[in-house]
Amino acid sequence: MANGALRVPGLTGPKPVAGPQLARDTSLSAIRLKDAGGRLADNVFHGLVLSCALAILAVVGLVLYELISKSQLSWHAFGFKFFLGQNWDPVQDQFGALPFIYGTIVSSLLALILAVPLAIGVAVFTTEMSPRWLRGPLAFTTELLAAIPSVIYGLWAIFVLVPLLRQYVQPWLARYLGWTGLFEGPPYGIGMLAAGIILAIMIVPIVSSITREVMTAVSQQQRESVLALGATRWEMIRMGVLRNARAGIMGGVILGLGRALGETMALTMVIGNRPEIARSLFAPGYTMASVIANEFSEATGNLYLSALIEVGLALFLVTMVVNILAQLLVWSVTRGAPARTHA
Amino acid sequence: MPEDPIATSKKTVPRVNLRRRVVNGAVTCAAAGSVILVLIPLVAVFGYLVYRGIGSVNWAFLTQTPKPVGEAGGGMANAIAGSAFILLIASVIGVPFGIGAGIYLAEYGRNRFGDVIRFTADVLNGVPSIVIGIVAYGIVVLAQGHFSALAGGVALSLMMIPTISRTTEEMLLLVPNSLREASYGLGISRWRTTLSITLRTATSGVITGVMLAFARVAGETAPLLFTAFGNQYWNFSMEQPTAALPLQIFTYAISPFDEWHRQAWAGALVLIVLIVVSVSAVRIAASRGMLKGAN
Repeated sequence: MANGALRVPGLTGPKPVAGPQLARDTSLSAIRLKDAGGRLADNVFHGLVLSCALAILAVVGLVLYELISKSQLSWHAFGFKFFLGQNWDPVQDQFGALPFIYGTIVSSLLALILAVPLAIGVAVFTTEMSPRWLRGPLAFTTELLAAIPSVIYGLWAIFVLVPLLRQYVQPWLARYLGWTGLFEGPPYGIGMLAAGIILAIMIVPIVSSITREVMTAVSQQQRESVLALGATRWEMIRMGVLRNARAGIMGGVILGLGRALGETMALTMVIGNRPEIARSLFAPGYTMASVIANEFSEATGNLYLSALIEVGLALFLVTMVVNILAQLLVWSVTRGAPARTHA
Repeated sequence: MPEDPIATSKKTVPRVNLRRRVVNGAVTCAAAGSVILVLIPLVAVFGYLVYRGIGSVNWAFLTQTPKPVGEAGGGMANAIAGSAFILLIASVIGVPFGIGAGIYLAEYGRNRFGDVIRFTADVLNGVPSIVIGIVAYGIVVLAQGHFSALAGGVALSLMMIPTISRTTEEMLLLVPNSLREASYGLGISRWRTTLSITLRTATSGVITGVMLAFARVAGETAPLLFTAFGNQYWNFSMEQPTAALPLQIFTYAISPFDEWHRQAWAGALVLIVLIVVSVSAVRIAASRGMLKGAN
């Protein structure tokens, strides 16, 4: 869908956007002036949809307010050390979130390393190489992958992926790559490696659909001119398409990262849920989202609850920054596509 | 690599060509290979799901409530109904707000303020679902003093609003301006035009957006953990904790009982069938919606 092209950049100018003022701005309103009742109804309608739009602002404001106000207790008790402490001990009322932050970052990075090359490969194949009749079904299948709920991926991972890893993959990795220190220790199956793999499966569709979108936004002339210079198909893709779309692809990758950081259920089911920092990817870990999922409804004591909400606040802020960055990168390609052809 | 490209270019052309062709072929294979590699988990998930689930979905599963641990049989009927109930609450709250905001963005929001709303909707869309759960806990559960179906519905509605508003906006923008102008020309007021002409024309597209949002939240588990909470029995009160299909799958999946694992697979199969059916319906509706919008 060429939605990018349809979005008109906002009009600039002095901006107190009050309801009636906008209605008067339209040239057509002159015709309707005599119908006073209609104008009243118009204003009411405008107010109504405006309040729906304002509700979106209000919700985000509410999210921020709830998270900040309810995490005050923990913030005052631990300050910035909360994010550096390694000790998570509800019994002693000691809370340090570093193991969760570590687990979230490592599992997400692992997922990106596994998913990004595959996702770009899929996007390149569907937009540039596959026969036309195959494109629709391929896009549909990747959409299906994205539609499977997290909890079902988790279920599958527990009963299929984890045993596979334990019996075949982990012993093999330990034998041949054990010297790196990343693959040592007892092969439980569950742990960081399983988490990274299931997360990779889950973010491939997002990354590849954004990549596909920005690659489609690259103008056809680019492709034709590179081909006319005698390039092979791959050289055309590399020089004509990927290079022009790289900011948008980066945006897709970061959007995938944002999704990976906030992913909860599948990870909770396979990561092992142990708040420790271990070098080996075989070891169990814990993520920010899973600690909230596991402990929130059982949290006794205000400080415990507040600490969990502070983890949530940190998660929210990080994903927000990541998503905004991604959004800007994607827009830079899909919106600016026509202008770039002259570069 | 030749040091002096001008001197050697003639001689190396055939050799470079071969290298380039080999690279081209290798990359094509790699891209096709990555497609296959990505399709493997899809086939594996669906295949295993059907294999494990189909034997366990039976009449009892669809009509009974869970039995206590150790007793065979029982089902997830209350969870299926609970999911439907929570989704109904979510839609009642989320759909009007989403469509209203979408109308605002498309018809009144072609300015900087509209950009702010669009941007905020995208931010809201990216908020991790577990964080949405915390917020719903804060505004509903704490206020009521207990877990409830309403809290679950509110959490899911917060996730539906941004998706619905952005797709509604896109669909309304596909409606050609000449239609609006024709309506104004007949002296029809702006609000009537928006509702009866613009929104009407884009109906199937808007429904697509609603269904997509619906399918997306139908499988959500994380925001329900401490809002709807789960329940072993039937419940149709907004005030009470309610079972939900994804919650029940989660609880059963991490339990140590074979019988519960079997039921988790059955529940997963039911859930995925519901979601795939609605996503496929959306695709068909979308292709029709596009045609209608373009005319």
